[in-house]
Amino acid sequence: MTETGGREVTFLEAVREAMVQEMRRDPTVFLMGEDIGIYGGAFGVSKGMLDEFGPERVRETPISEAGFTGVATGAALMGMRPIVEIMFLDFITLAMDALVNQAAKMRFMFGGNASIPLVCRAPSGSGTGAAAQHSQSLEAWFINAPGIKVVAPSSAYDAKGLLTTAIRDNNPVLFIEHKLLYRTKGAVPENSYTIPFGKAEVRRQGKDITIIAYSIMAQRALEAATRLAEEGIEAEVVDPRTLKPLDVETIVGSVAKTGRALIVHEAPVTGGFGGELTSAIVESHAFDYLDAPVRRLGGRNIPIPYNRTLERASVPQVEDIVETARALAREGK
Amino acid sequence: MSSPDVQELLDTNSAVVPESLALTLPREKLEWMLGKMCETRYFEEKAEELYTRGLVHGTMHLSIGMEASPIGSIAALEPDDLIVNHHRGHGHTIAKGADITTMMGEFLGKEPGYCRGRGGSMHIVDIAHGNMGATGVVGSGIPIAVGVALALQMKHSAQVVLCFFGDGATNEGAFHESLNLASIWALPVVFICDNNHYGMSMSYRHSMNISKISVRAGAYGIPGFTVDGNNVLAVYQTVKECVDWARAGKGPSLVENLTYRWRGHSKSDRNLYRTPQEIQEWMQRCPIKRFKQLLRDSQIMSEQETETIDQRAKETIDRAAELAVQMPEPTPENMEDEVYAP
Ligand SMILES: Cc1ncc(C[n+]2csc(CCOP(=O)(O)OP(=O)(O)O)c2C)c(N)n1
Ligand SMILES: [Mg+2]
Repeated sequence: MTETGGREVTFLEAVREAMVQEMRRDPTVFLMGEDIGIYGGAFGVSKGMLDEFGPERVRETPISEAGFTGVATGAALMGMRPIVEIMFLDFITLAMDALVNQAAKMRFMFGGNASIPLVCRAPSGSGTGAAAQHSQSLEAWFINAPGIKVVAPSSAYDAKGLLTTAIRDNNPVLFIEHKLLYRTKGAVPENSYTIPFGKAEVRRQGKDITIIAYSIMAQRALEAATRLAEEGIEAEVVDPRTLKPLDVETIVGSVAKTGRALIVHEAPVTGGFGGELTSAIVESHAFDYLDAPVRRLGGRNIPIPYNRTLERASVPQVEDIVETARALAREGK
Repeated sequence: MSSPDVQELLDTNSAVVPESLALTLPREKLEWMLGKMCETRYFEEKAEELYTRGLVHGTMHLSIGMEASPIGSIAALEPDDLIVNHHRGHGHTIAKGADITTMMGEFLGKEPGYCRGRGGSMHIVDIAHGNMGATGVVGSGIPIAVGVALALQMKHSAQVVLCFFGDGATNEGAFHESLNLASIWALPVVFICDNNHYGMSMSYRHSMNISKISVRAGAYGIPGFTVDGNNVLAVYQTVKECVDWARAGKGPSLVENLTYRWRGHSKSDRNLYRTPQEIQEWMQRCPIKRFKQLLRDSQIMSEQETETIDQRAKETIDRAAELAVQMPEPTPENMEDEVYAP
């Protein structure tokens, strides 16, 4: 950990700071996407960047996701380091060919003769009343596509360090920013720093149960752990931070210690990343230490509804994590 | 059919569409057009008010100042014709015959709303009135509309579908692939671009290197027109020709209605990409004021008569909002049962 000197910034500012510092450091880094200039991006992430870097490097595009993500792939093939902003993760569906068929495959398919240093940033998740087409968590699709890395930070500190790493990485990286995290604050050093991919963070120590959660769910899991502690249940919260590459060792180590594993994510539980985490646990020596079956708590298997009550009921909330963890902690005792 | 010059169309005083058109249309049609434009305006002003009062969870896209485009277009349809809508679609929904209370209910996320509170203002669907629904993914409704038209053709139906989208949407691949498909299969669809000059913050002058979106029709071998989109009769006349053309089996066409949104793109817009003067200029070209003036100047209606229609629209909206606010909320049990058709 780098010294923060007590400085606090929002998750959103941390993302911007990583981009700005990398763009100052490396002239091949540039940002591309819709309304990222004077508008500052749909969520305000790139506010002010046009003033510093000009329209060439804060390159606004028409509404053409398939086109500009492919263009970024081509530029990356030439050694540029584009950061593409997809306004909502949902619209990455339009850029799937560029990311999955092209960017992710080129390195291997061309026999190691090329690399694609591309970052694709996208806001994910529900909670803003934006309904089914503006609220999804689509990380699992990319887990199943070899050649693209997947990062899902849960704090401002991680956002800055992991995005810096992503920009310097020589491969395509999907960088997922949960919308509800943008306004959350945390200690963040002013100077540039990196956080290595494939290193989970144990956010809270505990002996009774391991909760594995990333992105916004890591924050909710921490809140849940505080409440569980009041009931005498000590939960260990492990945040993998990067889903691919995944720090299996830390996760397995924690589960072997507590004997119980609860996995939490916002994406629908069926086919979600939780299945992969479950396999990582049961295929390891931690299997022998399990006192209860591994549990997954994910989004319901439905599109995200508009109505506030329905929307809230569609994805895990703090109280759901508390309830499930409590039941799991008692199971088999 | 020929495309008139844009500048001429933009001049509010130019009478590209002769007042005589108003004289040839049945009075009920003119009353309907004025009434639906006023209802749309009041609906959206009410939506803003409810939003400000904290009664709405979510976003909304207002079309205040753009009412002539959807209403003039849909006025050219027969009742059983269809539309595919986009995110800025309140006027289209109202013009296609939606029950305003049910619509307001959806905006407020209520169980009796058009999508039972699941969709919200961006996704209102009203199949009974031929509104096949709205997508929030820019441009993605365009191929859907072509598919609707394909089904109509395969069923030997005489119906026609209007496909609505914005200027920004015409830069999506879906627009180009769809126009080509509709053209080679001569499908009964009219593509209507509500060109309000901006896709969020990007002016269409910057997002493409052409001054008229209608010229894109040429690339697909179909007719294209640019219309004064704040003149409801001009819109009606052009779209009517295109609808007749499609119904006659001659295939698709593209109509660009030049208009302007007075409000921000959505709730979070600070309007940094345009000047207050530009907004002011366009507010001078209010489609509702212009239509009222035309009706009076051509002595079809007195001021009292236009204001009666206006007042009635306002009352309709006020009543709808009162009822909608009291509608029950949906409950979250068994939502899984709604995902797949039986
Ligand atoms: C595929 C996709 N990209 C981006 C967005 C975000 N977005 C919503 S509306 C909009 C602008 C659309 O412009 P235009 O087509 O001109 O319609 P308008 O909003 O002006 O009515 C954008 C960029 C989206 N909803 N879908
Ligand atoms: Mg527009």
